[in-house]
Formats: sequence, C-alpha cells, structure tokens
Amino acid sequence: MATTVAPVKSPAETTTVVYEHPLVVRIAHWLNAVALLVMIGSGLRIFLAFPSFGPKVPQQNFFVLPPRPLTIGGWLGGALQWHFTFMWIFVGSGLLYAIYQVVTGHWRQVLFMPRDIKGVWPMARHYFLFGPKPSVDEAYNPLQKLAYTSTLFFGVVSTLTGMVMFKPVQFWWLAWPMGGYHFARGWHFFAMCGFLAFIPGHLLMVAIHGWNNFYSMITGWKREPEYLE
Amino acid sequence: MSDEAPNDPKPQVEGSPREEPAPAAPEQQATEPAGPGPEPRAAEVEDRERRGPSGEPVRSVTSGERKRMNRRELLKLVPLIAVGAVAIPAFRQPILNEGLRFSDWAAGALFGRHRLAQTYSDREVAPFEKFPYNFYDVADPGVDLEKWTLTVSGLVQRPGDYKMDQIQALPKVVQNTRHVCVEGWDVIGNFGGARASDFLRWVGADTTARFLEVTCVDGYYESIDMATVLHPQTLFCYEMYGKPLDRGHGAPLRLQMPTKLGYKQAKYLDSVKVTNVLRSDMRGYWEDQGYSWYGGL
Repeated sequence: MATTVAPVKSPAETTTVVYEHPLVVRIAHWLNAVALLVMIGSGLRIFLAFPSFGPKVPQQNFFVLPPRPLTIGGWLGGALQWHFTFMWIFVGSGLLYAIYQVVTGHWRQVLFMPRDIKGVWPMARHYFLFGPKPSVDEAYNPLQKLAYTSTLFFGVVSTLTGMVMFKPVQFWWLAWPMGGYHFARGWHFFAMCGFLAFIPGHLLMVAIHGWNNFYSMITGWKREPEYLE
Repeated sequence: MSDEAPNDPKPQVEGSPREEPAPAAPEQQATEPAGPGPEPRAAEVEDRERRGPSGEPVRSVTSGERKRMNRRELLKLVPLIAVGAVAIPAFRQPILNEGLRFSDWAAGALFGRHRLAQTYSDREVAPFEKFPYNFYDVADPGVDLEKWTLTVSGLVQRPGDYKMDQIQALPKVVQNTRHVCVEGWDVIGNFGGARASDFLRWVGADTTARFLEVTCVDGYYESIDMATVLHPQTLFCYEMYGKPLDRGHGAPLRLQMPTKLGYKQAKYLDSVKVTNVLRSDMRGYWEDQGYSWYGGL
C-alpha cells in the first residue's frame, strides 16, 4: 500500500492497534451468531416433525435425519417458539448490519465482485494446498469476500423463504419466483446447508488466526495486524 | 511524510511570487507559505497515517492504554448478555411466549381481509386417497349424523341448535385450496360448504366481536379471530371432493380456512360461540400446549 505505516516503536512499550470492527458490526455479528445457532437447532427440530420434501401420503423420509440431541425446543411446538422468537433477532441483526454497511460504504470491503473472481483460486491454493500466499492489499481477501458474501446470500434466501412459509397467503407474490409454496421449504433447507458449510470453515480460520484476531471481534481493536507490518 | 510538498511547485508559485523573490532554502519555503503554520499540516499527515488500508483508525498505544480501550469496548457489548437470559429456565418460557405473541401480532397485522388464498385447478388437486387423515384422538368419535345439530351461542340474535339442512340452505361455495400442516406438509384439496360469514350474519351474530369459539364432538376446541372467520374463503365445510364429509375428515361439519394452519381447522363441530373474551385455557387444544394461537397463513 502507498500509505504503509511505520509503527512508532520509539517508546519501547507502545504497540500499534487498529480499530477493525466498529461497534455496530460487532453487535450485529454476535446477535446474529446466537440467532443463527438457535434458528438452525430449532429448525432441525421442526424438520423432524415431517422430515420429507415429498407428499404426506405416502411419506418418504429424507435420507439423513438430524440427531435429536443437536436440536432445540424438545418438540415441534417448543421448536416453533424458539424459531418464531429468534427469527426477529436474526433478521433484525442482519438488517442492522446491512444498513450500516451501506451507509458507511464499508460494503465495498466485504461484497464479492466480479473482479475478485481471479483471486479466489490463488487464495484457496494457499489455504488448502500450502501454495504461496498471494499479496492482498484489501481488508479481506477474495476467498473471505466469497465466504462472507455467500452468508449474506444465505441470509436473504432463508429470510425470504421463511416469510413464504410463515405467511404463504399474504406473501404469495414471493412464493412464485421460488417455484411455489412447496419449494420454499426446500430452499429454506438449502440456505441452512449453506450456513452449515460456512460455520466450520469460519471457526477453523478464527482458530488458526488466534486470540488476537478473535478478540478484535469483541473489542474492535486488533493488535499489530499483519497488514500494517 | 514530506515527499509530496517539496516536489509540488504550486506553493512556490501561488504563495509568494513577489514578496519573497529569492528564497534561500527552497525546501523550507515550500512548506511554510502553504498554510498558516507547520502544526496543522503535520497533524493532517499524522491523521492520514493513522488509518488502516480501509480507513480504519490506527493508534500507537502503551499496553495500559490498550487494556483500557479494550475494556471500554468490551463494556459496550455487555448488554448483549441479555440474550443469554433464554438459557435460564425461569426466564426461558416467558421470553419465548413473548416472541410467539409478537409473531402472532405481526401475523394479524399482515392479514389482508380481502386477500384470497390461491385456488387451484381440478388437475392440481391431490387424489382423495392422498389427502391425509389427521386427528388428535380418534378418527371417528361416533357422531350420530341424524341427530346432529350445531349449537350457536354468545353474541348472536338467534342462538340455538341449527340443523344441517339449514346450513346447506345457505349459498354453497366449492374451492380447491391448499391445506397446510404446521408439521411442514401441504396438500391441495377440494372443499365445499357454506361461508362462515353467511352463517354468522344469518343467525344475527355481532360481527364486530373479536372471536369465534368452537368446540368439537371429540373434545377438541379452537378459537379463531373474527377477521379470519369473516374471510370469504372461510367455510363451514360439509363436503370434500363433491361428497359429504366422511367420518375421518370430520363429519358432518368442519372448519375449512385456507388462511389458517391445519390444527385450526376443527372437525366434528359441536358448537360455535361469538365472544369478545377468550378463556386463557380455552384458546385451542394445541395452542394451550404452546402452538401459535393465530396460526395464520
């Protein structure tokens, strides 16, 4: 970067810190993380009440069923209570984040654009095949942008399909592009699978990058980030 | 950073072409006339330096300052712990009840009194054999179809027991609509009956009342908001697939509301009551165990 910073090292004990994550982003992140886990856990319990995407008669169960201990709510009615309570937190924190990113212009750091496509493979090769580390002069590398943007996509899909399942008569116009009410449930499930694919990779990356990186999502401040060296 | 100003000719040209004709030390002259003094400019440079690649604020701090900054930011997140209250058993159910109540409120606000549920062509209707029998106790509570009457009470001008002939004398509506179960399955069926609104107006019900309470021969019970009861597709249904209701589907009379979930569609109707007050333990068989009361679609 042209604006490379030479950290002031003169008084021996000072360190460089960067305010990476604004308060709104941190609040939205943690609210959304909790809500997402509850939505998945209770959603799986709801799914167990009719674990199929086909007709009721004859009922053909999905080839894999979520283990009950991993679900939330105990029974269908309980799971629906969790789902109907935390959906507001899930959507609310998502909207809070989206509006904040648009207003501040920070969406440019996160949103995956066509120009990022060429950088995906070198970054994936670095992460998964021990390839050389590509130089990145942005806050997030192309693979991060792809991962974060896909979660935004899954969030939008799960919300819209959820609205159709919640009120198919009122939101009939939303059901149509999904292939009708019956398909909304399938797309809802698909969006959950997307989140389930993202979460382990996200947690692994957090673990690899250590406490300093993790702590910055709590306090906002990151100590001696590698991109300032 | 002082690499920009000395190479920039403008301060020399604009700043002092006549008054200081022969600058001895051009590097100093270049910076000083440009602004009121060196301090603001230095601060400006410093400020620009203290930004990360995406404009994030950057600071050089001692470990004590850093701990104070972290603590201050940490405290701002403390209110989020409130979400953790659902983990405490004593708080859990009240919070979830509020969440459900809020969702029901939102659902009622979204409900369009004149918005019709989609209807389907006869080709799209599931075959009768594939329309599931769902019941909470027994498929056939043994209703005496000959002696059956519907008891009407509450805020109506003509309460009493009504016979099937009287209900069937009202205009008959036949509709192919989607029956949606809270479990997640759905099936398109063919239903025939009288509009609940026609029946209520005929018995002189106060349609400004808030609820319709329904009891069933098998002990099931339900309560429906009046807006849904008066919806043009809400039927007192006595026919499915062009035949009188069979015993498994709720003979002789059931509710059929394409704007409500299946558990609201009470079968084997015994009585209806127009009321403004719901007993908290009589909101509905499943609702009293934790399902959404509104149960709307």
